[in-house]
Amino acid sequence: MSGRAAVRVAKRAALYTAAVAFTVFAVFPFYWMFLTAFKQNRDLYVGATNLQHVPWIFNDPPTLDHVRLLFFNTPYLVWVKNTALVGAAVVAITLVVAVPAGYSLARLAGRWGERLGIGIFLTYLVPPTLLFIPFARVISVLGLQNQLGALVLVYPTFTIPFCTWLMMGFFRAVPRDLEEQAMIDGYSRLAVIGKVVLPLAVPGMLTVVIFAFTLVLQEFVYALTFISQVERMTLSLGVPVALVRGDVFYWGSLMAACLITSLPIAVLYSSFIDRFIAGLTAGAVKG
Amino acid sequence: MATLTQPPATEEPTALGYVETRGLSKHFGDVRAVDGVDLCVMEGEFVVLLGPSGCGKTTLMRMIAGLEKPTAGEIYIAGERVDDDVPPRARGIAMVFQSYALYPHKTAFQNIAFPLEAAQVERSTLRRKVQWAAALFGLDRLLDRRPRQLSGGERQRVALARAVVRDPKVFLLDEPLSNLDAKLRAMARFELKQLQRQLGTTTIYVTHDQVEAMGLGDRIAVMDKGKIRQIGTPRDVYDNPADTFVATFLGSPPMNLVEQDEHTLVGFRPEHFLPREVFGEEPDLVTFRLRVREVEYLGSDRLAYGYLEEERRSDQPVIAAVPITITAPLAEGEVYEFAVRRRDLRFFDARTGLRKPAPR
Ligand SMILES: Nc1ncnc2c1ncn2[C@@H]1O[C@H](COP(=O)(O)OP(=O)(O)O)[C@@H](O)[C@H]1O
Ligand SMILES: [Mg+2]
Repeated sequence: MSGRAAVRVAKRAALYTAAVAFTVFAVFPFYWMFLTAFKQNRDLYVGATNLQHVPWIFNDPPTLDHVRLLFFNTPYLVWVKNTALVGAAVVAITLVVAVPAGYSLARLAGRWGERLGIGIFLTYLVPPTLLFIPFARVISVLGLQNQLGALVLVYPTFTIPFCTWLMMGFFRAVPRDLEEQAMIDGYSRLAVIGKVVLPLAVPGMLTVVIFAFTLVLQEFVYALTFISQVERMTLSLGVPVALVRGDVFYWGSLMAACLITSLPIAVLYSSFIDRFIAGLTAGAVKG
Repeated sequence: MATLTQPPATEEPTALGYVETRGLSKHFGDVRAVDGVDLCVMEGEFVVLLGPSGCGKTTLMRMIAGLEKPTAGEIYIAGERVDDDVPPRARGIAMVFQSYALYPHKTAFQNIAFPLEAAQVERSTLRRKVQWAAALFGLDRLLDRRPRQLSGGERQRVALARAVVRDPKVFLLDEPLSNLDAKLRAMARFELKQLQRQLGTTTIYVTHDQVEAMGLGDRIAVMDKGKIRQIGTPRDVYDNPADTFVATFLGSPPMNLVEQDEHTLVGFRPEHFLPREVFGEEPDLVTFRLRVREVEYLGSDRLAYGYLEEERRSDQPVIAAVPITITAPLAEGEVYEFAVRRRDLRFFDARTGLRKPAPR
């Protein structure tokens, strides 16, 4: 009796230990970001010379100096605006293309749908470090150098394949019976898509929005290639370019920028987490 | 009417049946799912398509619904030819899928209202009609629920309510009861029959369950391998099967088939095959000696499995269904005299399996 109870307690303990370890692992970068963003320079840069110094707490009172530098001495807010603009445009383009494409691949192309889908996914795997060379030529022919338009044009080349593939999975999970029933109930195929298929694919579209936006947010190589003027940069490029000067890293402001940028994303993810997970596992659950 | 918009018929005579198929076929690659089906359903009739799984029932129904394009053949609904380019929504049919196909994002009310919205029925009429259909199936209290909050039986009734709500020309029902448990199924069968009588809507009903087919159908069409083997009233197909397939598919246990000579099979139903003494002095009996191998006690009957001790022995076991009211001894390993009335014998061609008249 007590032996079994002991085993149960041990199992619980192991489970919680693992969960806590993983949480610490996941949260630590954020904590470090937070510390660095608000530490005084005196507190920040002593670790290597003074072994008595404890790095993972505030030894001096926190300060807003780094945040102030970020907001008043760099065009941080302009980068935020640029990123939001590019992100919104890319998300819109991606939805407009990936949703119908995913539907056609899932339903209309029959056997070939799957192969085409895999083919499209493979194009997503071609690295930007190869593609930026031909793209540079295209962008210069179009006269889009140093313009946000260049990014709006280039980013969909990787968001669309990935999101098409995602949407294909979501549409597959919508039972065909439902569409046929709706066609019998008096609707054309187009009306059926609008009234039955799309409402059921909302978690999928939400997933696409989040994925496309996150991809834009983290993209660096294309931004570096096509944008040279600081006021036209997006966050992922502007922050390192303006806050790493030669070999001087403005660590406090860098981390402040990362923290402020990642907060809204974290809030967005956690508020949609249920639908998001439902989306990622759509194929596995049956209506 | 839609018929006015059609060019005047030049070659096609108007169909006689309310739903009619002529030489209807559907091939998937090498598979002949439906193979030259001529089916004629009268207005208001309840016809059941019965056959083993994979015989093409669903495919036939889907072609009538317009969800599948025929490889060959013609389909008429209410005298109008529809097989070519009339989409499902314009065929005036309502279909209930085996899966019920309820829209998971809509409440029961919205599910039932969905076909009415397509027809742009006015709001107050829509409300009234949905309530009428819901009352018909006892769904009044469940209208706010979503499909996942409903039990299997309730889902099935929502699907039926959605089918009846817009007054279709034809109901197409594909195994609508097969997902219900046995107890519910008997009730649902009764209710369905009542409803069809009440509404008088022409109905085609697919099932692989012979009890359902016998109970529901005005007529039964027995299908096998994409072909209709026989169409007739339940009594007709049971008593006078057109071939050995129908004879052995209907009835539980199935009809016994015994080789009479190299050209002829003789068939008789287990319930007609009884101990000799039961018949007393009756004339026109055919007697067999049966060596009993196994006796099953089923409550209302005893089933005796055995082999005939005649010169025309069958390798197939022969089954006798002896009502429990007959107390004649039946012991395993013993040989007994059994008999069948001559008029209960059916004869089939040994090669083609087709019914043939009694010899002599
Ligand atoms: N879309 C399809 N593609 C290929 N074969 C099919 C398709 N639909 C049905 N079949 C085949 O046609 C035959 C009849 O199927 P079906 O009409 O579903 O039979 P039933 O409803 O009587 O069980 C089966 O052999 C099935 O495998
Ligand atoms: Mg079927």
